[in-house]
Amino acid sequence: MIYTDKVMDHFANPRNVGTLPDADGVGQVGNPVCGDMMTFYIKVKDGRLSDIKFQTFGCGAAIAVSSMVSEMAKGKTLEEAMAITNEKVAEELGGLPKNKLHCSNLGADALHAAVEDYRAKSAPGVPKEKAAAPAHAHGEHEDVSSCPYCDGPLEGMEELCSCAHCGIDFVECPECGKYTNKADAVCAACGAKLAK
Amino acid sequence: MRRIYLDRNAGTPLHPGALEAMLPFLKERYGNPQSLHGEGQSVLEAVEDARGKVARLIGAAAPEIIFTASGSEANNLAVKGMALAGRAKGAHVVVSAVEHLSVLNAAKSLEKFGFRATLVPVDGSGLVRPESVEQALTKETVLVSVMLANSEVGAVQPVAAVAKLCRAKGIPFHTDAVAAVGMLPVDVGALGVDALSLAGDQFRGPKGGAALYLKKGTRLVPQIDGGIQEGGRRAGTENVAAVVGMGRAAEIALAGRAERELRLRGLRDRLIDGLGRRIEHLVVTGPKDERLPHHASFCVRFVEGEAMLLSLDMKGIAVSSGSACSSKSLKASHVLLAMGLDHATAQGSVVFSLLDETTADDIDAVIESFPPIVERLRRMSPLYEAYLKENSR
Repeated sequence: MIYTDKVMDHFANPRNVGTLPDADGVGQVGNPVCGDMMTFYIKVKDGRLSDIKFQTFGCGAAIAVSSMVSEMAKGKTLEEAMAITNEKVAEELGGLPKNKLHCSNLGADALHAAVEDYRAKSAPGVPKEKAAAPAHAHGEHEDVSSCPYCDGPLEGMEELCSCAHCGIDFVECPECGKYTNKADAVCAACGAKLAK
Repeated sequence: MRRIYLDRNAGTPLHPGALEAMLPFLKERYGNPQSLHGEGQSVLEAVEDARGKVARLIGAAAPEIIFTASGSEANNLAVKGMALAGRAKGAHVVVSAVEHLSVLNAAKSLEKFGFRATLVPVDGSGLVRPESVEQALTKETVLVSVMLANSEVGAVQPVAAVAKLCRAKGIPFHTDAVAAVGMLPVDVGALGVDALSLAGDQFRGPKGGAALYLKKGTRLVPQIDGGIQEGGRRAGTENVAAVVGMGRAAEIALAGRAERELRLRGLRDRLIDGLGRRIEHLVVTGPKDERLPHHASFCVRFVEGEAMLLSLDMKGIAVSSGSACSSKSLKASHVLLAMGLDHATAQGSVVFSLLDETTADDIDAVIESFPPIVERLRRMSPLYEAYLKENSR
């Protein structure tokens, strides 16, 4: 099995699925090109996440990650929620397949986007920071240790421009900073058009 | 839990008759067919007997069969080997956009040797139009490859028509018939092809037994150099047990073919009708009529394929999907995208391919189990939520 028992449990019995019509903050990441879309809804009371719901379009990992994040964040302060990282979520799930780390493990990003949305709404007059809710809130590209296409290890490569295993040429997406197939018209991670 | 395996395209259960035929070659009949002693020569007889049986399955002559280790190897040998053999004439190959990756990537790898590859587009049901192939041909074209049947959407291509127009221009033509041989009636003479790939594991032979049909007189540059096995066209000690198992499986497949096609076609239609009645926003991918008899493929809107595959697996039902998330490469099926489907729809790919043993009870169990799975996943899908909102206004 490619997934841990914990991933399969969260996939089969996801916690906190749904929407909150009166949400204090909503965050969305992903798009259908990369396969996964997550929407998080949060209610905030006394600086804590009193309720949290999510909807996810995506693979088993994406659904499990969303469920895990909702469980980790519920009842936590906004600061604690912001400290949850995608890496911690994957760890909590007992690990994810390498190739899924790059596309399906966006739950923390969606949660952070919801918190930022809440903060922007609850602090009127403050100009919305541009980086508040990007499509993928990674900021800069993460340390890529395996090819997102064939899963082959990329350590020791002097310049990350192609995978020695599957031969795919990479290009850094100008929008989200992830590595994606140079031959594609759009970024596999965020769907942004790639310059030819 | 009772398992219902509906992923024939990925592999079939070994036929007991094939297993029985193989066993002596995994035990006491260990001779190398190239050896001149008794141990070797008796094994050579078995290999040549299997060659005849595989040839009969597709209406070929035994010397026209080259054994390979997989359908992918047969495709590589044909595409690279035939193109390189025509290098003096030109450096252009034409393949359809929905070929198996072993044809597509073989064609792309020829670019390293100075070849140009043209991908012929398909229509919305995944069918290649012979006119489109004709338009792609140039004076430089040295190979055309169009598959006989597509394993992702079941489309059966007009191979005889494409072969005919290639023959008229003197261009060698190859077809990847891996998904078709054993299921559809296949006759290399009637098709008019110069080369054809097949794999025994698609018709209940063992994995590791496959073949390339190469019409007598067709030029080929070997891709594995070495000894004189397979007439010098594919070196390496024969995988005797696999070859013998494939031969016996070919014989069995041929005997029951027409009855099997009819039966599976009925079950396939039952599945398409049953799911169509119970699941909204269900897109049947591939052609309605020009379709593999055992093959039903869909895109379920607003949900993702891997999530459906895992959910069905938990219910004991094994299927496949062409969604990005269910592939190691995390790319949506090139076949679905070539048919013009958008990424979101292609993500909902699910493919059922029926076994010889599949029963009406199995199909009914799928029709019962699948709709609630779709419903559960849709309830948690933001795409479905957005669709419902848009349509309630």
